[in-house]
Amino acid sequence: MATIQFDNLGHSYHPHPTKPEDYALRRLSQEWEDGKAYALLGPSGCGKSTLLNIISGLLVPSEGRVLFDGLDVTRCTPEERNIAQVFQFPVIYDTMTVYENLAFPLRNRKVPAADVDRRVRQVAEALDLTDDLKKRAQRLTPDAKQKISMGRGLVRSDVAAILFDEPLTVIDPHTKWILRRKLRQIHEEYRLTMIYVTHDQVEALTFADKVAVMYEGAMVQLGTPQELFENPEHTFVGYFIGSPGINLMPCTLGNDHALVDGIAIPLPDRAVPAVGGKFELGIRPEFLELTRSGSAGSIPVQVTGVDDLGTSKLATVRMGNHTLKARLNEEQEIPALDAAIRFPTRWTKLYRDSHLVG
Amino acid sequence: MDKVQDNRAWFLIIPVFLIVAFSAVIPLMTVVNYSVQEIFGPGQTFFVGTEWFEAVLTDERLHDALVRQIIYSLAVLAIEIPLGILIALGMPGGRSAKTSLTLVLLALPLLIPFNVVGTIWQIFGRGDIGLLGATFRAIGVDYNYTNNSLDAWLTVLVMDVWHWTSLVALLCYAGLQSIPPAFYQAAKIDGASKWAVFRYIQLPKMRGVLIIAVLLRFMDSFMIYTEPFVLTGGGPGNSTTFLSQYLTQMAVGQFDIGKAAAFSIVYFLIVLLFSFIFYTVITNSGSGEKK
Repeated sequence: MATIQFDNLGHSYHPHPTKPEDYALRRLSQEWEDGKAYALLGPSGCGKSTLLNIISGLLVPSEGRVLFDGLDVTRCTPEERNIAQVFQFPVIYDTMTVYENLAFPLRNRKVPAADVDRRVRQVAEALDLTDDLKKRAQRLTPDAKQKISMGRGLVRSDVAAILFDEPLTVIDPHTKWILRRKLRQIHEEYRLTMIYVTHDQVEALTFADKVAVMYEGAMVQLGTPQELFENPEHTFVGYFIGSPGINLMPCTLGNDHALVDGIAIPLPDRAVPAVGGKFELGIRPEFLELTRSGSAGSIPVQVTGVDDLGTSKLATVRMGNHTLKARLNEEQEIPALDAAIRFPTRWTKLYRDSHLVG
Repeated sequence: MDKVQDNRAWFLIIPVFLIVAFSAVIPLMTVVNYSVQEIFGPGQTFFVGTEWFEAVLTDERLHDALVRQIIYSLAVLAIEIPLGILIALGMPGGRSAKTSLTLVLLALPLLIPFNVVGTIWQIFGRGDIGLLGATFRAIGVDYNYTNNSLDAWLTVLVMDVWHWTSLVALLCYAGLQSIPPAFYQAAKIDGASKWAVFRYIQLPKMRGVLIIAVLLRFMDSFMIYTEPFVLTGGGPGNSTTFLSQYLTQMAVGQFDIGKAAAFSIVYFLIVLLFSFIFYTVITNSGSGEKK
């Protein structure tokens, strides 16, 4: 197990990168704690696989350093870093049995036979593969094959970290859920440092202690699922996490309020210099309050639609030229004519050039 | 839903039926027909039953040719398959000028007509003007493919290796290129040695193309005719007379049509039998449940 540090890390596939867009991974300095489960979340092409390959040692970054427990491993191979990685599509050794597949990483490292046997059985038990141990790996179903791939990562007890590169892509939804829980359990039991790459927010939020959201090569926020939800530091985080994403409106700044289409919306009590850049106001549908007009601080709106989602209702309202979404309780009544919304100051976020400023 | 009965559907298979009949069934049956007749000339044929088959199976020269043929084909496989795999493993991957150049160079021998290959080697091996023959003579090796049976046999073998190893290499290369990079990355992470990567990833993934390579090289070498015919004419003595050449001598040289037809059928069955054995062995090794 190891603490992973990124020191001014960056990577570009161009030989001479000049502008920020040339970087597949933009400058990054961070420290990831030992024994935690991390998720790298973002759409395809956002640089999450590049970062993962840099951590695993399959790719040497063009700039900066990677440190494991303070040791510079930037140029070390995956074996030297003692990393395990599970890939998107199952990688199994066709001609071997399941047992031999699981034992392979240990046997290559000359682990005594008795220890190999003990570890293999332990991991097979954890992944429900015990009955298949004697079977040829080639003849199993895709999800069993992916379990073997995971097993080969888990079988080494001394790895610095286990990396998962969208490992559940080929698995059907139900098994996906079971496997994710399995991984979570294994993580809690062994306290391994796990890094999990995915573009599925549910997967990331349910698996990880901390989620790193990536967007266009930059890591826009690293935080717990709760932090990402309550305090998105970048408009992309607001948009990508949550369903539906955050409500965003371009705005201008007044003294202690923002102006959206001439409507004043109170801001949190923080001094924001009204200089430069493009300002946007954001609030999650879950925090937008729908009331009757006339109550203090409310803004009259027109309700244009309501979707009943079974456990909650999603109201679509028009305020000025903007369409906003508000998530409401099943029981809450929706005023037909005199509807109004309120922006609770605590949950109203102000962004300058997509970055959170207040 | 009720099925519509319409026998006109049979018309649709007539083209295939005709093509197969004219290209395979009728010629083959003609050979079968010849193999049970004594033929003196057009219209002068007599039914002789299995006599030709008995003659063929007891023909000493044919036995010699068959043994020679089997040793030759096995030698071809024993050299070309491992060599082809080695070349494929050493080839550069990806899309680069180097890759294209290697592929073109490898494909070159395959593009040369068979009798030209024979002629090239005939000149190449000559002691007076050939590069190979003259070099051997210069360094004092006694080499003469027109006089010495072993030299002739080895020359025919090396010529085949020169001509056809590329095919095996290209097939294996295609097999190797289809392996996703994740397999190599996973092996690296699992700490696998180069040998283990070959044994557990590359070789199993090449199994499909290796079946094709072994079958093609076996069948082709078992039916080899043109190159030894041009190079040595089957000599010296009968040392490089393989089955095809003996068959041609019989059918065209001596005009023993009936015996040659019986020979052809036996020949065909031998090729079929060997191909079946190779196919079964390779398909079952390393795949499926053993026992």
